Amino acid sequence: MKYFYLIFSGLKRKKLRTSLTILSIMVAFILFGYLTAIRQAFDAGVEVAGADRLIVRHKVSLIQLLPQNYEAKIEAIDGVSNAVHATWFGGIYQAPRNFFAQMPAVPEDLFDMYPEFILSDEHKEAWLATRSGAIAGRGLAERFDWKLGDRIPINATIWGKKDGGRTWEFDLVGIYDGAEKGTDTSQFFFRYDFFDETRANGAGLVGWYTVRVTDPDKAAEVAAAIDAEFANSAQETKTEPEGAFIQGFANQIGNIGFIIMSIMSAVFFTILLVAGNTMAYTVRERTSELAVLKAIGFTDRGVLSLVLGESLALTLVGGAIGLGIAALLVSMGDPTQGSFPVFYIPTRDFFLGLLLIAAMAFVAGILPALQAQKLQIADALRR
Amino acid sequence: MTTKANGEVLVKVSGVDKVFKRGSEEIHVLGGLDLEIPTGEFLALMGPSGSGKSTLLNLVGGLDRPSEGAVEVGGKRIDQLSDRKLAAWRARHVGLVFQFYNLMPVLSAQKNVELPLLLTRLSAAERKKRAAIALDIVGLSHRAGHYPRQLSGGEQQRTGIARAIVTDPTLLLCDEPTGDLDRKAGDEILDLLQALNREQGKTIIMVTHDVHAAARATRTLHLNKGRLSASPIDQ
Repeated sequence: MKYFYLIFSGLKRKKLRTSLTILSIMVAFILFGYLTAIRQAFDAGVEVAGADRLIVRHKVSLIQLLPQNYEAKIEAIDGVSNAVHATWFGGIYQAPRNFFAQMPAVPEDLFDMYPEFILSDEHKEAWLATRSGAIAGRGLAERFDWKLGDRIPINATIWGKKDGGRTWEFDLVGIYDGAEKGTDTSQFFFRYDFFDETRANGAGLVGWYTVRVTDPDKAAEVAAAIDAEFANSAQETKTEPEGAFIQGFANQIGNIGFIIMSIMSAVFFTILLVAGNTMAYTVRERTSELAVLKAIGFTDRGVLSLVLGESLALTLVGGAIGLGIAALLVSMGDPTQGSFPVFYIPTRDFFLGLLLIAAMAFVAGILPALQAQKLQIADALRR
Repeated sequence: MTTKANGEVLVKVSGVDKVFKRGSEEIHVLGGLDLEIPTGEFLALMGPSGSGKSTLLNLVGGLDRPSEGAVEVGGKRIDQLSDRKLAAWRARHVGLVFQFYNLMPVLSAQKNVELPLLLTRLSAAERKKRAAIALDIVGLSHRAGHYPRQLSGGEQQRTGIARAIVTDPTLLLCDEPTGDLDRKAGDEILDLLQALNREQGKTIIMVTHDVHAAARATRTLHLNKGRLSASPIDQ
């Protein structure tokens, strides 16, 4: 503690240079925080995916439909607890830019399968009592400022109505919340029975099944058993863990994790050079001062620690401000106005940020610190 | 010259050689040098540039090691101490005063004087108190909060002396302490060193080119081509 003023006073020596270096580090950590939130938005579904849930889809592609009667057959397979179906509706609310996921579902089954969706009993009853009723996630309702009782018109792109119309109207009867911070509350569910009776074609067909297994450790065996059950049928299946299924969706855009990691690596490498350069100059300019410190009794290791401490102070100030600004920007909300189901910086990434600060301080400071450690007092005082 | 030295030998340099290497060339700065300095002496070391005065000072202060020979201070062979122990020994026993003051420009006079006390177990309050006493001794209490750039050369050197005496060292080593000062400021510094020697019994070794400064010492030795003598040698 008693060396703090010595460390921080070193940063005051060249105020402009210190400020510019801190500014560059700050920008790097703003980017880190913001890109982390974006990566989290893409990965959120994968992370909250249940280890005990499998997705069963058509073997050829996701857009190929499966018979609804597969549900009973799947539930009869050993190791399966229950199964629910879902279908991609893909409609447009007002304009294509207002994208969000809409799916028909069986209310009781939905909440049984997804306990992370929290809907009050009152809203649940209202949904069961209203055939054209729909529920929306809290994030989605807030995005469009929807209130209970609102009538939501959605233009179908896939599913036309029997009456020839393409506009489906749903009554908003419930708003669900997420049990966890990463739970997707950007989805819109309406009743399957209403959907199945109203659609012009495809009656009795569904998009995919979500299956809960009794023992997650045997998920692979159950998946194989399901696929074997429908092998050589008209609609063969492909069963995979829910996380892998969601990851497949995200990968349609690209390997987001890799792209973000590449950007961050380039940014941090550049900033490392800037910080390292600053520390190298700092030590070079203060050769005689460091020699005096040694002359009055500071050990080689003590001087090494002082230089590393200064490097840490430099990166800590810039990094902490950067992470703080990133948190503030992220708290202002999803920059895509709703395309990200979740948008926040996970706590573990804050800790990762602190680790990066420490690592950057070490890498930027270690060479100048070693140089200071090796300084010969008599030689340095002569310079 | 009078001496207040009490006769007990504080510094004993025996058969010391110092050789610097520059590439393949070897430069013999000191050769077989012997020197004894009694406790309480104010010794002036004179000699031409490159004669080895500062090198000898560095060896006695534990800032450098001899190539050959022994350096004893207070009965301890400091040339045989490890780097870590030597640093601790310097912190406890040596006060250094430099020609160009070598103060930390970003620290106030008070904080500069406190620097050597950071290596002790003293509390912040005690460090502050001791630094204030040291600044009072050198007559700079009223400038404690000023930074080096706000002080004159003489005041900076007095701050340097306060830093050197704040730990109450056994030995005060001064390398051209008046070399960068005008006559008036230089005299003030010499008055201060003389007072420290006479009133507090500090053993002082001062390297100087200035005959006027050397006259304040209790003994003057001349160093030329690595050899010591009591009188100047023709060059």
